[in-house]
Amino acid sequence: MEEQVSGYVADQQIPSRPAPASDRGIVHAVQKNLFATPVDSVLSIVFGAFAIWLAWSILSWAVFDATFVGGDRASCLTPEGGESEGACWAFVGAKFSQFMYGSYPIDLRWRPNLVGIVFVLLVAGFAIPKVPFKALNGWLLFAVFPVFALVLLTGAGFDVSGGFTAFLMLMAATAAYLLYGDDAGGLAAWPGRVAAIALIACFAGIVMSSLDTGTIRFAGITFTVWSLLACLSAILSVGAIALGMAQRAGVQIWRPVLPVIVATIVAVLLAEDYGLRPVSTNLWGGLMLTLIVAVTGIAASLPLGVLLALGRQSDMPAIRTVCVIFIEFWRGVPLITVLFMAAFMLPLLMPSGVTFNQLLRALVGVALFSAAYMAEVIRGGLQAIPRGQYEGAQSLGLSYWQSMRMIILPQALKLVIPGIVNTFIGLFKDTSLVYIIGLADLLGTVRRGFSDPNWITPSTAATGLVFAGFVFWLFCFGMSRYSLFVERRLDTGHKR
Amino acid sequence: MKKYLIAGLAGVASLTMAGTSAIAQDDDKNMAASSSTLGSVQSAGELRCGVNTGLPGFASQNDAGEWQGLDVDYCRAIAAAIFGDATKVSYTPLSAVQRFPALQNNEVDVLARNTTWTMDRDTKLGLVFGGVNYYDGQGFMVRKEIGVSSAKELDGATVCVQSGTTTELNLTDYFNSNGMSYNPVVIESQDNVNQAYESGRCDVLTTDASGLYATRLELADSDAHIVLPEIISKEPLGPAVRQGDDTWANIVQWVHFALLNAEELGVTQENVEEMKSSDDPSIRRLLGADGNFGEVLGLENDWAANAIAAVGNYGEVFERNVGTSTPLGIERGLNNLWTNGGVQYAPPVR
Repeated sequence: MEEQVSGYVADQQIPSRPAPASDRGIVHAVQKNLFATPVDSVLSIVFGAFAIWLAWSILSWAVFDATFVGGDRASCLTPEGGESEGACWAFVGAKFSQFMYGSYPIDLRWRPNLVGIVFVLLVAGFAIPKVPFKALNGWLLFAVFPVFALVLLTGAGFDVSGGFTAFLMLMAATAAYLLYGDDAGGLAAWPGRVAAIALIACFAGIVMSSLDTGTIRFAGITFTVWSLLACLSAILSVGAIALGMAQRAGVQIWRPVLPVIVATIVAVLLAEDYGLRPVSTNLWGGLMLTLIVAVTGIAASLPLGVLLALGRQSDMPAIRTVCVIFIEFWRGVPLITVLFMAAFMLPLLMPSGVTFNQLLRALVGVALFSAAYMAEVIRGGLQAIPRGQYEGAQSLGLSYWQSMRMIILPQALKLVIPGIVNTFIGLFKDTSLVYIIGLADLLGTVRRGFSDPNWITPSTAATGLVFAGFVFWLFCFGMSRYSLFVERRLDTGHKR
Repeated sequence: MKKYLIAGLAGVASLTMAGTSAIAQDDDKNMAASSSTLGSVQSAGELRCGVNTGLPGFASQNDAGEWQGLDVDYCRAIAAAIFGDATKVSYTPLSAVQRFPALQNNEVDVLARNTTWTMDRDTKLGLVFGGVNYYDGQGFMVRKEIGVSSAKELDGATVCVQSGTTTELNLTDYFNSNGMSYNPVVIESQDNVNQAYESGRCDVLTTDASGLYATRLELADSDAHIVLPEIISKEPLGPAVRQGDDTWANIVQWVHFALLNAEELGVTQENVEEMKSSDDPSIRRLLGADGNFGEVLGLENDWAANAIAAVGNYGEVFERNVGTSTPLGIERGLNNLWTNGGVQYAPPVR
């Protein structure tokens, strides 16, 4: 039997042969993909011709007919009876530094440059998985860098008020309470209760701090009585938490104190005079301003969005209602309206003499606006986490914040990376809306360039807009590709 | 334990309150200086000037990022009159909707942003205008090849105009009162109006004359178009300040008048120093060689000389920014001195 079969059955793998000649090569590929049927052939020819025509028009506009060098509009004008004019790249060349920095003083441009370089280094260190010292890098990027950038870009020496200092300390103390209040026994034990009451006292002090009760200068900061009390309350709050933690666990009591110390240092650093020439924010502009608005919005919207999303899912009706109202309000209003309100309404509501920096108003508006969108994206992620994960975290004895920090959010955030990056990209492009409140971002400076009578030509506007569009595309495409990379890296088997 | 803490907190609070209520408040010192605009400008060391975000010839940034233009030169002249230094200006570019709130909220000291002087703005909005630094008004642009040299010859023409504007009303009135007919091409946005004109849909483009000159530069063959001499509406543009500070309004107004008087008296940026020793008493008074006209404004006596040295007289300002030697190529027309057939007229310094 075996002998008979062996004549027919191969005893080894037959090597694969190349496809027949009629199924190979470029000729076949063209035939199969473009000219398979008569209809295909017609479509291929029509659209091929269109594509070639389009590519040719773009090339001849952007390269062949374009003017690359020149000192003023005359170089970009076509001579009498010439062909239609191409791009006026000389305009972009002449205005390039304005497109990058706006009106930032030329001799001080090393400051934004330095900030930019440090930012790129820190972000690269943070974003590239192989680079070590991630924790240190994170601290530098999210805690040290913002202060560094603010000091260097503005020149610091701010007139820091006690109310502002107290506000920073309140934020820090609140964070400490949320993160470590449970470890100190929560509202069931006296340290937790003292901490909570002190927080409320701190808030009340800030509200009252604009009352004129005489001033005390300390470490370059001008305190009123109420703001000083608010600061003391914040310190009392974290002190109580630290005491409570020491009583119960006796470990790492420096942790709740740290944020308040950082907040105090920040306030003192901002008030400090470094001998840097101050640069008013109305001189900032160009790509620099676009990046400042976008990065601030992105950096602020993610943590705010997480808090809002958690608040919206909270069991506590007051917190839930506040979060729902906040989110629905900001999502229901166009960004233009928000910016207009910030630019024109806010000053009217302020007591006379109190002015807010125009840029700061825009930054706060953009951050709150994008936080509301971010909150909904993250809520989507939270809903996708099975109930068992929440219950599992509870059964391990984790507190609410611990379970969120260690179990829920890492999974939820990973799920919504595309949504988060979508919001980031949208935010990045929305920054150009600050043009309408008089801030010159990249698009704004480009458009301002159109009104220089030395450069007005038929092709100036088109060239400038193409340039601005290209820069925006570059950044958005970069973000999009990085998000794909992060998605693949964090992929833990949910992929369909 | 909690009770003690709260009691302690309250105790600290009341002690601190008592302590600090005794602290003298020396904020009042600064109040006197900053209640007048001139005082606050002088203590800030710079003039905050609201300008257009970009209007060719009036306010724009050159390749080096410096602001330049007719309105910008007014900011520089005022700064020079106050500080003797035309660079002590901080420019705030303002959009059309931003300009009045910015002035009212004290974000700028003077608004030199091609703002039309109207009764409404003078009264309801609480502005004071410091004169007219550019007499604008609605004009007509046509192609040279149709051979028209006056708006009176436009009978039967097709006119491109923006819809829902006073421009459209003025156009109707003008043609009706002159007994001429026309075909309006009414379009929503000014950019599209300009495009329609360029593509040949109409013979005539109408909007404010300064806008026509700027639009002409964007046309492929700008030399083939001409702005007709007739101006059919009144758009007097000028620098404005807040109502209620007459001293400050006087300064803005008299800087404008000083530039006009300088042109009338033949004082230029170049000869301002030697003119100080002129025999003409009106020149000597203007330049501060005689009298104390600067002091009564609250400035130095050479205020006008400084302003003229910084930007030149009105004619020089006009020529440098919008005149026939610039790409815009605007004729003096109404903006000529009254002695040369225009309506620019300044009261004398005496």
